[in-house]
Amino acid sequence: MTGILPITLEESRKIVQALLFSGKEYICVMKLHGAINQNKVKAVLKEFEGTIYQRPPLRASVKRQLRTRRIYYIDFLEMEGRNVLFKVGCEGGTYIRKLCFDLGEVLGCGAHMQELRRTRAGPFVEEVDLVTLHDVAYWFMEWQKKKDDKILRKIIQPMEKALALVPKIYIRDSAVDAICHGANLTAPGVLSLETDIKKDSLVAIFTLKDEAVALAKALAATDEILNMEHGMVAQTKRVLMPRGTYPKCWKSGEI
Amino acid sequence: MPRSVPPWEIKRKLVVKAEDKTNPRYGCKPEERPAKDYIRYGVINLDKPAGPTSHEVAAWVKRILNLRRIGHGGTLEEN
Repeated sequence: MTGILPITLEESRKIVQALLFSGKEYICVMKLHGAINQNKVKAVLKEFEGTIYQRPPLRASVKRQLRTRRIYYIDFLEMEGRNVLFKVGCEGGTYIRKLCFDLGEVLGCGAHMQELRRTRAGPFVEEVDLVTLHDVAYWFMEWQKKKDDKILRKIIQPMEKALALVPKIYIRDSAVDAICHGANLTAPGVLSLETDIKKDSLVAIFTLKDEAVALAKALAATDEILNMEHGMVAQTKRVLMPRGTYPKCWKSGEI
Repeated sequence: MPRSVPPWEIKRKLVVKAEDKTNPRYGCKPEERPAKDYIRYGVINLDKPAGPTSHEVAAWVKRILNLRRIGHGGTLEEN
């Protein structure tokens, strides 16, 4: 299996969870175990769009219990003999090998996954900044020789890039250090935020310099937060910025 | 079931609650981080080759970049 595999370096490992939950897209070759009419294949692929039940395969890294996964779309691309090429957009944690097996069951002939390439993982796509292991080894050596940081930016992206699809809340400089110490975000610290934030959903807390401060759970929706004058807005889950990056603007030992 | 909107096609707008400026003395734009921090807070959009497992590929990157810790988002099977 080939394709997009985001690698998180050192401190940016903290955002891996956000990537695991993010949507994926694959191009897949499925091998049918019998001759099936192309129109039937197309119809069955369409049937699998929506919410499906899936039990993780034997060799899986998660508990093998039935779970639901969203299939955003399955696009039939072409068919040659018993090989079916399709593109699928799905929720993180969807097993495509299992999807092929289940497609085969519904088609009645059986089927297995022949080849798979991941073409998207969250915000990461093939068209932008995709590098091979060779690129990484070559450009890193070049950078060590020339010490030109432009070379480094060819192979490495800031972790903020990985959070591109997570709804953001931008905060005041004065609110940053408290968050870095694990405090929750309160309404006066909020400067701006993105639409479509729902209560209990994952949000990313950012500075005005576009630096990630922390991952958090929203405690209210966008419209509610906009009208709040005090009270908690988001519960800090994972601090990303080191303490002391911004000055401490809060007092301890009071109350 | 009809085709549904994947998360990457959702369009979000920024709404402003209050105005303020940021002090240039603290922090810095992600792309302007000094090299050492740029790496430590970096991610690689890697094209996994066929053959090795995701873990093996991650371990190679770790060795190439001479890092202590590394992770990867979403395992891709071997072969």
